[in-house]
This record gives sequence, structure tokens and C-alpha cells, in this order.
Amino acid sequence: MKEFLMVFRVDYKTMPKASPEEMQATTQKWMNWVAGIAAKGNLSDRGNRLMGTGKVFKSDGSISDGPYTEIKESIVGYTLVKATSLEEAAKLANGCPILSFGGNVEIREINVL
Amino acid sequence: MAVPSYRLVAMLRLGKLMFYNHLLWPLHIAGAFNFMQQDELIPHLFRTEYSKIVAVLYHSYCLKEIETAEDIASETFLKATEIWSIKGVPENPIAWLYTVAKNKLKDYFKHNNIFEKQIKGTLRISDIEPEHGFEFSKQNITDSQLAMIFSVCNPSNSTESQICLALQILCGFSVEEIANAFLTKSETVKKRLHRARVNLRNGNFQISTLGEVKIKERLAAVLKTLYLLFNEGYFSKTSSQLIRKDLCLEALRLTFILTENSITNTTETNALLALMCYQSSRLDARTDDNGEVVLLADQDRSLWDQELIDKGNHYLVTAYESNGFSKYHLEATIAYWHTTPTDTNKWDHILQLYNQLLLIEYSPITALNRTFAFAMVHGNEKGIQEAGRLGLNSNSQYYSLLAYLYSDTDMDKSIHYYEQAIKFTKSSNEIQAFTREIKRLSEKKNKS
Repeated sequence: MKEFLMVFRVDYKTMPKASPEEMQATTQKWMNWVAGIAAKGNLSDRGNRLMGTGKVFKSDGSISDGPYTEIKESIVGYTLVKATSLEEAAKLANGCPILSFGGNVEIREINVL
Repeated sequence: MAVPSYRLVAMLRLGKLMFYNHLLWPLHIAGAFNFMQQDELIPHLFRTEYSKIVAVLYHSYCLKEIETAEDIASETFLKATEIWSIKGVPENPIAWLYTVAKNKLKDYFKHNNIFEKQIKGTLRISDIEPEHGFEFSKQNITDSQLAMIFSVCNPSNSTESQICLALQILCGFSVEEIANAFLTKSETVKKRLHRARVNLRNGNFQISTLGEVKIKERLAAVLKTLYLLFNEGYFSKTSSQLIRKDLCLEALRLTFILTENSITNTTETNALLALMCYQSSRLDARTDDNGEVVLLADQDRSLWDQELIDKGNHYLVTAYESNGFSKYHLEATIAYWHTTPTDTNKWDHILQLYNQLLLIEYSPITALNRTFAFAMVHGNEKGIQEAGRLGLNSNSQYYSLLAYLYSDTDMDKSIHYYEQAIKFTKSSNEIQAFTREIKRLSEKKNKS
């Protein structure tokens, strides 16, 4: 089995402001989806969500705030899965809750150092 | 020490195995056994006291070989069978056994005195004088048994060997009984035990040299062995309900001992004990008169043991009182929801808990249970889709789950999957249950 990184991207502006109950329901959807991958024995690391703010360290040594919430495709989280091929790994993204917010999932094979 | 201890064990335990709830909360009241006939009493005492005597002898005297302690304990019981049949049962049989065991140990030291002087090493610590004595006090028994649990649950042995050893040394099971419980040959069990004992001896493990840090390090392995011991009973392949109960209750008793020591009384220990209490509370309801498994939904709730459920609640609350989280917390909480039949969101909670459990540790049975919960929340159709992705094509439980999910909508498919389930199981109980379902579905189909 090879390992793959799933990166979740979405446009923050299209994300609706959610009530605590809706947030809870969304979390449950994520848990269900990740557990579905785990139930197949394909989960490596459930990963995490990422906060909306960030910093960028540049080659000149300067640190700037990342305008991440402005860009169309912000990275909002990641998960590690295992599969026999890139094709199989890509299929695991089926049903990912980010898709219902107009987002997408990028799947990349991990090239172990 | 001529008679091998396992043979004595077999001799003494020919009587029916018994189910005693109070094992957890031992009685030490003189005369409490008056109601028992002698042929019931000795096997009963053997189960409750043999492992205690072995543990105390072994640890109080730092005997080099567990076998020495086992031989003395066995001889004690042999003497009890002889004397009690002539003179009758003494007023306090347990105290009688302890005294005889103590005297036998003194004899052992006397006989070995000369030998010991010439060849050092019979004792690990040679300057111990038996006359200084030890007591079969409640505290000493608990401490010794705790030490024994840690000796036996040695990670250098395979899990199967650890369980075999735990059953023999901590629970007083005979080789035949262990073989019965595992559905294996006595020879296999004997070999396993032999290897495990050699390993223990070579490892030269002594609890007394273990500090708090080391004990905590090994605790996870100990809890895992006890968990597996319990599961061995709960999901046992053997059809004997009595053996199942015995295995479960022994696991319960040993886990209970861990809660009595401040170092081992962790949140994980409490969570595991809660899990065992909840599961055990349904032992009687779980099989019908023919020994067939009754599904949770079909169980007669009046057969659930409320006392054990209350104990489960108590330990679960304790488990959540301080920091620490484990798969035992999740499993115990799932078991808690199963004992709470009225809550409308029950299956939502259970599904979320199974989700979390899968994220901690994958196992086919967790994946299947999670899929069942998923179907209960989202309906059978979605459950079938979810099940189809599991990739467990040689697992009988997988097919029986699919069969169950199809049973309302597509009887042909349901029957087909039960047939597949039969193909992949070796358990006669399961084959019986699946065959019964096929018969039921076929009759239903013919009527419609």
C-alpha cells in the first residue's frame, strides 16, 4: 500500500456562516466520511482542519500575513490515506463533505524521503 | 510434589463449572458455604482460592518457580478432599486452606533446607524465614495477585500464550478447559503454556523490582490481555455457556483487582471494567436455551443484570472523571448506549462512537459494527452501499450483515448472503443461526 495526501480546498466566501448546530452537523459529516475510509482499512491519519489565517516566510526573510481567505482555493484541511494506486486513492475522495461546499480534493502520492 | 498440578486441577474440577457473581466482591464469612454440598464446595473453592494461594506463596516467598507454589496449592486441595470427606467441612474452609498451605510451605522449606545449603539458588532471596510468616490478608492476596497479573501478561509471550497462561495461573483453568474454550487440542495448549513458562523463567521477571514507571508502561499490555481474555469468553467459539461465563467473570475479577491499587487504577482500567460490566450484564440474555445467540434487539431485557449495569455506570463515570481517553472509553460508552433502550438518538451516538473507534484502531469487526450503526441511522439502502465498500469478502460476519440489511427488501439476495456466511464460518452456533434465518426467509417467500 502506498500513502497519499488529500488536500481539501474551498473558497471561503462561498462557505455559509453556520450556527453551532450546523457546525456540529458538518463535523459529524466529516467524521462519517473519514470513518468510512477507516472502515475500509484505507486510513493512515485522519489529519486535521486548518485555521483560516496564516503567515508566509519568504526567501528574503520577511514574514507576511497570508491573504488566504481572499483567494479562491484556500487549503482548509488534510487527511492521509493508503491505497494500492493513485486511482484507488482518488476514488476514496467520493462523498467528501468539502464537495458540497463547491470545494475540491487534491490527491498526491507521498514520495517518502 | 509427585502429582503434576494440571492433573490435580482436572481431578478437582470434574464437577460442574459454576457461575458466581460474588467472585468480584469476595465473601470471607465463616460458615457462608454451609448451603453447598462438599462435591460442589471444593471445585468452587478451587476456582476462587487456588490462584490466590499460588500468588501469595509465590510472591511472599519469592519462590523461584511458579510451579513450586502451584504444587503446594494443589496438594492443599488434595488434602482438603481427603480430610473433609472423613471429618466433614470445617467451619471456615478458606482459613483452613490457608493454614494448610502455610504449613505445607514450611514443610517444603524444612525438606529443602539441607539441599538449599548445598546448592544455592532454590530461593531467589535465601535469607527469608518462613516462620516470620506472611498472612493471607486481604491486602496481601490483592497485592500478590496483582503482581501475578503483571508477571503473566508478559509482552515477550504471544497474546495467545499470555491468555493461556492467565487462564491457568490466574484463573485455575485446566489444560482441557483451556483447549475447550479455544477449540484447540490439549497438546497445542500444553505446548503454548510450556513455551510461555520457559519465557517467564528466562525473563526472570519480578514485580518487586518494578517501579511505578515500569508498571505504568506495562499496564497497557496487561489491559489488552484482560480485554482479549474477556472477548475470548464473550465471543467464544465454544458452545458451552458455562465456560463463556467463567472466562468473562475471570477477566472481570482480574480487572477489578487492578482498580484496587492506586498505580494501576487508571481511567483506562476503569473504562475497561465498565465495558466488561455492561457486556456481562447481558450474558444470560445473549443465548437462548439451545445455546444460540440472541441479537441485542431480540433479547429479554428482564434477564439483564441490573446490578452489573449499575457497576458499569459507576466505573464509566469514574473513567471520565480524570484526564485520559482510550478505545476502552469508546467501547464502554457504546455498551452504555446499548443498555439505554429508550433514547431516540441512541444510534446517532453509537455511530459517532464507532467512527472515533475506527480512527483509533481499525478492525474488521469494528468496521462491520460501524456499518450496522450507519444503517440504523441512514437506512438499510445506504447501509448496503457502505457495506459494499468494506472489502471483507471472506468474512462470514460481513455476509450476515448484508443478509440482514437485505432481509426486508430482497429475500433472494438475503438468502444468498446467508449461504455465503455459512461458507465462511467454522462456528457451529453461527451455522445454526444462519440456517434458521434461511429457513424463515424461505417460508416467508413461499407464503407471499
